Amino acid sequence: MFNVWDYVISFLVGGFICFLGQILVIRTKITTARILVLFLVIGMVLEVFNVYAPFREFAKAGAAVPIIGFGASLARGAIMATKEYGVIGIFTGGLTATAGGISMAIFASFIFALIFSSKTKRGGH
Amino acid sequence: MDKQKRNTNYNIYVESKIPKTKAWPSLFKAFLVGGLICAIGQGFYDLYSYFFPNLAESELTSCMLMTIIFITCFLTGLGIYDVIGAWGGAGSVIPITGFSNSISSPAIEFKKEGIIYGICVKMFTIAGPVIVCGVVGSIICGFVGLFN
Amino acid sequence: MQTIKLKNKPYLLAGYSMVGPLEGKGPLKDYFDYILKDDTLKEKTFEKSERKLLQDIIVGAIDKAGLKITDIDFFFGGDLLNQIVSSSYTARELEIPFIGLYSACATMAESLALASIFVDNGLAENVVAGTCTHFSSAERQYRFPLELGNQRPPTAQWTITGGGASVISKTPSNIRVSAVTFGRVVDFGIGDVNNMGAAMAPAACDTIREHIKNMGRTAKDYDLILTGDLGKLGSEILIDLMEHDKIILGKNYSDCGCMIYDKTERVFMGGSGAGCSASVLNSYIFKKLSAGDFKRILLVSTGALMSTTTSQQGDTIPGIAHAVELEFAGANKTNLKVNFSKDTNNVKSKKGGK
Repeated sequence: MFNVWDYVISFLVGGFICFLGQILVIRTKITTARILVLFLVIGMVLEVFNVYAPFREFAKAGAAVPIIGFGASLARGAIMATKEYGVIGIFTGGLTATAGGISMAIFASFIFALIFSSKTKRGGH
Repeated sequence: MDKQKRNTNYNIYVESKIPKTKAWPSLFKAFLVGGLICAIGQGFYDLYSYFFPNLAESELTSCMLMTIIFITCFLTGLGIYDVIGAWGGAGSVIPITGFSNSISSPAIEFKKEGIIYGICVKMFTIAGPVIVCGVVGSIICGFVGLFN
Repeated sequence: MQTIKLKNKPYLLAGYSMVGPLEGKGPLKDYFDYILKDDTLKEKTFEKSERKLLQDIIVGAIDKAGLKITDIDFFFGGDLLNQIVSSSYTARELEIPFIGLYSACATMAESLALASIFVDNGLAENVVAGTCTHFSSAERQYRFPLELGNQRPPTAQWTITGGGASVISKTPSNIRVSAVTFGRVVDFGIGDVNNMGAAMAPAACDTIREHIKNMGRTAKDYDLILTGDLGKLGSEILIDLMEHDKIILGKNYSDCGCMIYDKTERVFMGGSGAGCSASVLNSYIFKKLSAGDFKRILLVSTGALMSTTTSQQGDTIPGIAHAVELEFAGANKTNLKVNFSKDTNNVKSKKGGK
């Protein structure tokens, strides 16, 4: 079950996706929100063309952890729900599939925002 | 001189003056940070699949993502994630942790404006587009699925 | 004419500067009057800290001049926060008649210039001019939350935590304000908010050229021509632009943004913010001038007059620069040293709190 290869491939593929992102950052001065949206849309496109599933099988967490995986889940959720429940699934499927991640992000942010306060950045990074 | 022309020339000149930094170190750092975050994700995935063998792959993935999202929010609160981000660049943004950081950082920053108008309102100032594009995109994908 | 020659040459009676911990590690650390250990100043929000900082600076300057708050006729000031709240709230606490100004990072030169004109024309006896910025409050207003893990492009600058205030008076001291120039708003079409130096350099060039021309001088007549916060890139651009106008800026040119941080601190192109020229002017420059090490300097604070809204809507960044010419007024060096030590004795508390 614990396969070293899974880690190597996760590291390499995940790293490579970020590498591509960094090229974009250097070349185009793209902001955080734009990178996130761009890679999200890439994930959706991959899913629609049925490329994501084999990619996920191959790259393990290297495909699931980047926001590409999030986009693919949104798309897959909507497509699956549409096939199962019809038109209503178009609207419910996407968020249902990703509810865990979004809820956790909102909940944890809320809790930690109550606990922590922002600190001044140190110069020198 | 024609202002438009002067401005264009000036912009070209400034562009040539900007010091060229080496791209390789930052690309390497992004690769390293991004790769490590994905490898950590794989670690949680294996851990959950060991303890909960009955769960489906999508559920395990969901649990794994929730775990690293939670950890990122915590690190953001401690003021560690922005240091990782400044070092790793896109390597810290493209993994789901970047999404999580972009929600928790404004929440923590704007706490001072109160819970409702600070935390709740400002929470999506950066990640809002991700949710909006995600929902709109998934609906479009749903329509595609309908006619497929 | 843009340049106003001051007939009576009002005096710069005192200068007081206060900076944050990071700036306090820089090359000018021995010149600052007070270096904060905690940049929150024990306040709950960074906006409140900035307010407290400015208040301490103003009180410190008035103290250093040996005056009481009630001796001050006007307070000229501004800052970078929306609706210049830091200055307004400081004025509320101090109860000095307040003239609020805004020209972004050029606010120090603007307030100093207007204050000098007031004193020169006999409209006031003692006037205080001051401004400050706080890294964290500027960051959350203009850029991103502090905890967001984003990378800055290499052309970015670092808003300083700190500021300074000057007391301009009829009472003689070693420094006189001899002329001021109010700048034109110049926009050469730079739209990148992470490259302020390039956006402001043309404005600085315009103001310096006009000032030198109107005063009938050359760049060599100044011991120091000091721009506000152009940063490394902006200064290089300014030197090129001035050369194009046949004015050579040599060793007598420097930039506050480049001076304030240590080379080892990775603050990209250097410091920026209204507090940048304010703190350098009221520490290093003030002390060097009153000791007679500099005979004549030209302070050119530069400001970028955009807002987050205009830059999101794709507008380019207009720049402005105001110049203030300061002269050494002492007879000779020995005489001065006596005066200078008398000045320092007047400082009641280094903290400058109420």
